[in-house]
Amino acid sequence: MPVKGRIVRISGPLIIAENMQGAQMFEMVRVGEDKLIGEITRIRGDKAYIQVYESTTGLKPGEIVEGTGAPLSVELGPGLLGTIYDGVQRPLPLIAETIAREMPHRRMFIERGVQVPPIPRDRKWPFKPVARIGDKVEGGDVIGEVEETSLITHKVMVPPGLKGELVWLATEGDYTVEDIIAQVRVDGRTVDLRMIQRWPVRIPRPVKAKLDPTEPLITGTRIIDTLFPMAKGGTGAVPGGFGTGKTVTLHSLAQWSSARVVVYIGCGERGNEMTEVLERFPEYKDPWSGKPLMERTILIANTSNMPVAAREASIYVGVTLAEYYRDMGYDVLLVADSTSRWAEALREIAGRLEEMPAEEGYPSYLASRLAEFYERAGRVTALGSPERSGSVTIVGAVSPPGGDFTEPVTSHTKRFIRVFWALDTKLAYSRHYPAINWLLSYSAYTDLVAEWWHKNVDTRWKEYRDEAMEILLREEELQEIVRLVGTESLDEKDKLILDTARLLKDGFLKQNAFDPIDAFSTPEKQFKLLKMILDFHKKALHLVELGATVAQVRDALGRLYVEMVKAKFSIKNDELEKIEDLRNRVLKALEALEARLG
Amino acid sequence: MSVGVAGIREYSRITEIKGPLLIVEGVSNVSYDEIVEVELPSGEKRRGRVLDVARGVAVVQVFEGTTGITTTGTKVRFLGKPLEIPVSEDMLGRIFNGLGEPIDGGPKIIAEDERDVNGAPLNPAERSYPEDFIQTGVSAIDGMNTLVRGQKLPIFSGSGMPHNILAAQIARQATVRGEAEEFAVVFAAIGIKYDDYMFFRKFFEETGALNRVAMFVNLADEPAMVRLVTPRSALTLAEYLAYERDMHVLVILTDMTNYAEALREISAAREEVPGRQGYPGYLYSDLASIYERAGRVKGKKGSITQMPILTMPNDDITHPIPDLTGYITEGQIVLSRELHNKGIYPPINVLMSLSRLMKEGIGPGKTREDHAEVSNQLYAAYSRGVELRSLAAVVGEESLSEVDRKYLKFADLFERRFLSQGPRENRSIEQTLDIAWDILSTLPEDELVNIKEETIKKYHPNYRKM
Ligand SMILES: Nc1ncnc2c1ncn2[C@@H]1O[C@H](COP(=O)(O)OP(=O)(O)O)[C@@H](O)[C@H]1O
Ligand SMILES: Nc1ncnc2c1ncn2[C@@H]1O[C@H](COP(=O)(O)OP(=O)(O)O)[C@@H](O)[C@H]1O
Ligand SMILES: [Mg+2]
Ligand SMILES: [Mg+2]
Repeated sequence: MPVKGRIVRISGPLIIAENMQGAQMFEMVRVGEDKLIGEITRIRGDKAYIQVYESTTGLKPGEIVEGTGAPLSVELGPGLLGTIYDGVQRPLPLIAETIAREMPHRRMFIERGVQVPPIPRDRKWPFKPVARIGDKVEGGDVIGEVEETSLITHKVMVPPGLKGELVWLATEGDYTVEDIIAQVRVDGRTVDLRMIQRWPVRIPRPVKAKLDPTEPLITGTRIIDTLFPMAKGGTGAVPGGFGTGKTVTLHSLAQWSSARVVVYIGCGERGNEMTEVLERFPEYKDPWSGKPLMERTILIANTSNMPVAAREASIYVGVTLAEYYRDMGYDVLLVADSTSRWAEALREIAGRLEEMPAEEGYPSYLASRLAEFYERAGRVTALGSPERSGSVTIVGAVSPPGGDFTEPVTSHTKRFIRVFWALDTKLAYSRHYPAINWLLSYSAYTDLVAEWWHKNVDTRWKEYRDEAMEILLREEELQEIVRLVGTESLDEKDKLILDTARLLKDGFLKQNAFDPIDAFSTPEKQFKLLKMILDFHKKALHLVELGATVAQVRDALGRLYVEMVKAKFSIKNDELEKIEDLRNRVLKALEALEARLG
Repeated sequence: MSVGVAGIREYSRITEIKGPLLIVEGVSNVSYDEIVEVELPSGEKRRGRVLDVARGVAVVQVFEGTTGITTTGTKVRFLGKPLEIPVSEDMLGRIFNGLGEPIDGGPKIIAEDERDVNGAPLNPAERSYPEDFIQTGVSAIDGMNTLVRGQKLPIFSGSGMPHNILAAQIARQATVRGEAEEFAVVFAAIGIKYDDYMFFRKFFEETGALNRVAMFVNLADEPAMVRLVTPRSALTLAEYLAYERDMHVLVILTDMTNYAEALREISAAREEVPGRQGYPGYLYSDLASIYERAGRVKGKKGSITQMPILTMPNDDITHPIPDLTGYITEGQIVLSRELHNKGIYPPINVLMSLSRLMKEGIGPGKTREDHAEVSNQLYAAYSRGVELRSLAAVVGEESLSEVDRKYLKFADLFERRFLSQGPRENRSIEQTLDIAWDILSTLPEDELVNIKEETIKKYHPNYRKM
């Protein structure tokens, strides 16, 4: 029997209810007459402390709180892709429909207490059985398939923990998620299986084994793929002050990266940023398949004006959905914008619970919560058969107050991630986008993914990549000197370093996310551009060593210099021979200079 | 207790008064966020709202402050609903206090409806992405930080800088090209000085705009707690006008710094764990509940464009108020004291400024095809010029290369010719872009690496002369 108590106190998103003996920690409850969704976050005596996922305006002491007997869970099954949910998995378009039925003029607003199922109950899906009656099955085994979208075949899996004999399996045909599609005999008992399943969001879904990441997650952003690569199943953070490009970076990842499924969590950020994805993704094409991007995307929106407690939940809802598709064998990318808002939600609830604050008011368990979240990323062997591996890559934006990276969320996050794309206010002010600072950023996957590049793109990838890094680092040292004495007193070699660094920045690192040609560079294009610039550098260095001045080199190049800078947005991914040609012309021009020097 | 009409309940057991808060005991059936009327023994009435409620005890925040309130003889009436204001089209042309009561001596508002000032969050799935270019006639904005209809774009200023003049210039000049319709303006004065208020009032009068302006006024010497309601009252009317009366509404909120200070005061009185610089940890969410009330929605013609103004304490953009605002709004227009002192109007620091919605509002059919590239090039060139300026200050101009000296000159030209304009000068977007090309053409053509060849061939003065 689920518990039933009464509200005794309301303070913002936190309420206290009494007479709650038997309530479970993290149990989902229904609060008040409107049956608002809440979750128990502390139990003391017969009192339960409950964070409420909707506005508590108008609630009164004395109203009833009912337990549901289960922890906060998500619904899993076909119908998730292409949907936008709120922080507790209510589909936002259905909320609007529901409100519009009673109050058409309030359609655009989210009112409280609307109850809508996350996965449509009436829609029929074409189910194809892939197991056979009589099979011994266990958690994770694929027993059927559904074309969920033109991009993703949904694997219908035996829920984790179940083991027995498949005694009945539906034939090929159209079924709703609630129709029984299989029966399993477990210890003499028959268990019905449906396409819909539930999973508690705070518990990671089990896997057979965790594997090391090996493949890069190609993003098409040059500074990322070439200098600070992400791996499938890896973890990364994008910290930066406001306006430095966190959201554009995450949007680009969601749009271009080589993941099969993308879960985008808008956690405490702008409504319009979700709208942007919602309006564009159905039109944009997945660069890897040409199909509409929305067919691989799930959006979760708890925007900054939506209830704070649901912000805390949204992260777990998102990562659970990501794990579900991972278990089917897909490479899933989860991006969360912004994990700082999630941490602040934790702080706010902790403050209302009058917990002892640690740094800057954050609760002492901030670090462990962050660790648990990023720990749910990884490349894995999924449970069950057929044998398959999948991955969840997690990238979180971090919004440090005043852009100061020493604050608790940034500094703790750094401990649990392997890729750090540090966004820099100074670069953003001068519109150097993406404003990823190459001195502060790092990736622990560079060596891991080098093998992939060497096999698929060019065997000298790592060598070129390291040289580019070296030039950029050397430039920074030289800039220190320039700031004191100007450029004229530098020797010619150092001047060349400055020139090449500028070429690298303007012609390679800067990348306009909104330019149709520039926005996405294939790995091949990235390498060709880099090679062109660095081969120029090598040759020019040789000439300078022979006594040429940098000014002479620049003269010899003439318009070729501008052509090199503009190659990124004037040469398309499928015209790479033009980069090769440009490179040859550059080298020829330098050879001509060499000849003149004698 | 005595029960009045329509669920109104009255109590008089006040056990504690601290700061703007009353603790009332012996209450029952009180709901969270409910609105309260406090009647002093003198008969004076004040309003407040419930911040925290437990069985038998309510914490009430009194908007007009607790000065003069006694624990005996004061009656507290719980009105059984959240704070509401009347809404009606007739409110345009009128002046109200922060709680939405007329203070201009005009007739009572015949409400078409009563609305909860807290509003409700807009459903992101029902928003429609803002993309209609608003020409403000100000080059630094139109050319490089374009405003679009439904955007929230604040002005970050400092004391003594001309943010009011700039806001007024934008309000006067803002038009969507090809549409004759003018913006309705909802203006919220939040704890500002009387002369600032009079500046706007006179400005609306002079421009003959008064009949399409509704003003919600809470001045510096008026109760601080009302500041927490003033922007919400204004936005409640704005939402009604935009989404139910099909109007394009421009909302000016000034000064959000005063708002945040009032919030800090109430937080301190509640003895909450303070966040940065004493502001509560929920300042971000609270500000968002105001700023996010801007935008466009599907299937509706109207829109809300928000222009909050805030003064940065000590001109510090990392102060929590501008910092959190910048994290919520769709960009920011930052005023610079250095440019102001140089005598440049408008003193907009374009490098620190940003319009996040610019990309959707510009380009062929909206402004001009070269707009994005020109803007990128202006940014690249000006930021290089500014950088070289500080270098030249150390090493001397003569130790810069010839090209670098051109960038120095470019930075000056940019400030004097592009940025600088009169408070009544209304430039078309074409004029703005043409000035941009004029000054860009002082740089060697090879330096224009952000502009595609075709665009250069079409718009660069070198080619147009031929
Ligand atoms: N433990 C839970 N976690 C998340 N959502 C839940 C949970 N229990 C119920 N829900 C959601 O609440 C909605 C109503 O659930 P249901 O069990 O039908 O409640 P009732 O029978 O009280 O109406 C469903 O759409 C479901 O998604
Ligand atoms: N790669 C990019 N290309 C072009 N513009 C960018 C890029 N990254 C950021 N920007 C610009 O910077 C603005 C702010 O970026 P955004 O991602 O919204 O910042 P944040 O999320 O860090 O506040 C964008 O609106 C856009 O104008
Ligand atoms: Mg039910
Ligand atoms: Mg962002």
